[in-house]
Amino acid sequence: MSAALLEVESLTVHHGQLCAIDDVSFTQRQGEVLAVVGANGAGKSTLLRTIAGLHRPTSGCVRLDGKDINDLSVSRRVALGISLVPEGRRLFSSMTLEENLQVGAYHANPGPFDIKRVYELFDWMPGRRKQSVWQLSGGEQQAVAIGRALVANPRVLLLDELSLGLAPIIIEKIYALVPEILAQGVSILIVEQDVSQGVSAADRVHCLLEGRTSMTGTPAELTSEEIDRAYFGAGLVAPAVTSGVVE
Amino acid sequence: MIWLNIVIQGALVGGFYALFACGLSLMFGVLKVINLAHGDMAVVAGYVAVFLSPRLHIPGLWSFLVVVPLFALLGYVVQRTVIQKSIDRDPFTTLLVTFGLSVVIENLLLEMYSANGQSINIGSLIGESWHPASIIYISYVSLAVLAAAVLVLLALQLFLSKSGIGRLIRAVADDQEAAQLSGANYRHVFGIAAAIAFATVALAGIAYGMMTQFAPTSGGVNLLFAFEVVVIGGIGSLWGTLVGGIALGIAQQFGAHINLSYQILAGNILFLAVLAVRPQGLFGRRSSLA
Ligand SMILES: Nc1ncnc2c1ncn2[C@@H]1O[C@H](COP(=O)(O)OP(=O)(O)OP(=O)(O)O)[C@@H](O)[C@H]1O
Ligand SMILES: [Mg+2]
Repeated sequence: MSAALLEVESLTVHHGQLCAIDDVSFTQRQGEVLAVVGANGAGKSTLLRTIAGLHRPTSGCVRLDGKDINDLSVSRRVALGISLVPEGRRLFSSMTLEENLQVGAYHANPGPFDIKRVYELFDWMPGRRKQSVWQLSGGEQQAVAIGRALVANPRVLLLDELSLGLAPIIIEKIYALVPEILAQGVSILIVEQDVSQGVSAADRVHCLLEGRTSMTGTPAELTSEEIDRAYFGAGLVAPAVTSGVVE
Repeated sequence: MIWLNIVIQGALVGGFYALFACGLSLMFGVLKVINLAHGDMAVVAGYVAVFLSPRLHIPGLWSFLVVVPLFALLGYVVQRTVIQKSIDRDPFTTLLVTFGLSVVIENLLLEMYSANGQSINIGSLIGESWHPASIIYISYVSLAVLAAAVLVLLALQLFLSKSGIGRLIRAVADDQEAAQLSGANYRHVFGIAAAIAFATVALAGIAYGMMTQFAPTSGGVNLLFAFEVVVIGGIGSLWGTLVGGIALGIAQQFGAHINLSYQILAGNILFLAVLAVRPQGLFGRRSSLA
């Protein structure tokens, strides 16, 4: 439970001139759910994409099991156990549901998840496995995206805004999977714009504001007022705001 | 009967066009690279066949058994070195690099072989044909090329839809980043796609060398036809490529029937008409344009 799995140290990432992540550090322990919350454009996706290897950091490093992985390609990182469910799901649009999962399984690590196990997790899938993914609803597509990442048997699963564009009841269903995934020994790093969502699922919360760490702690330690301040920045918090649902 | 003959002859040429174009379509669909040296690769394959078959004592007809695997290997290597380097810089660089390759290849071939036409010797087979009705002659070579085109496209279709590597190729074509996130080493996948593209273009080059004569500069005009086929059929659709090839072949035969000098013009008109009415091509998906 306590071994450090994923470490991000003084990470700084630029998009051209723009500094999207500025000196961010945190440690995710084995078996932990860590939520990174932040408003639109705070740099959450950039952070996850850098961990997954899609962006090169300007400085700082990402370590897995204490080993610096900065120079590894995306596919090498998947082989080491880092899988990202990207923002907007990014399914293979010319393929069926099952083919999407098969692509994920092609380079899979050994472990508890395979396509059959994913079909147990989402019992509606087997009956629709031959359907093109664009025929699925947003929530179903999100489930396929999660399944595609799970079949690779990651050690840490990076989830970028699962709730984007989904109805609350669907979001609830998807988050209900978190304990099941954890039980298989997969640690989870969640990114959410929706604070309440992130906080309720997480063991620890890390708040980003304009690329910088504005707050970190366990949900129990943090009052919603503190979270709001960290989320929106000082001076921007209206007293009435209690939940961070902004679109 | 004349019309039937136009359709038949058009379809026969169209088989060759499809064979020639499918590599171009694959390179564009998967790597997003427009290979301006595609036509020249076919010509090189023709020269390699002419060069190797007497030395290895294999008849011209069977030279593809050596040249096609050789080109598959060449495709992988060229992709992993020259083309990947230019992709890594920016998409525009790939145009410059493949254009440069095209110029270099043409000039090297001119230097080595002069501008004289050559062909791959297949003996008396070249003149033989099936004569099912009064004015209809179906050349065995052309028929074999059409059959080869259908077989190649069928095999490619099966490979892409049923095999693991084939699915990875489609995944990379759909969304390169998402494919990487699924563990695919996209450079390797690119290499495999390029290997297939080079193999098919080598086959097409050899087919061309058997059907007619080729010269160092034959690549250019064939490249134009290949572009037309891909656009008419729809990018990323293999059956579209076959239908596009046959449609272009028939249009050209039709033009030639009216006036010999209209042959290429008629093909161009079909191409423009498809672009105007159905820019995604006959079998293309609209979304793949985005
Ligand atoms: N590829 C890119 N090129 C240039 N700028 C980018 C790129 N991606 C993100 N940015 C910029 O970097 C900043 C952080 O973006 P990022 O997508 O990481 O934020 P986010 O927290 O995920 O936002 P959201 O909640 O909207 O998903 C933004 O200002 C964004 O405009
Ligand atoms: Mg984001």
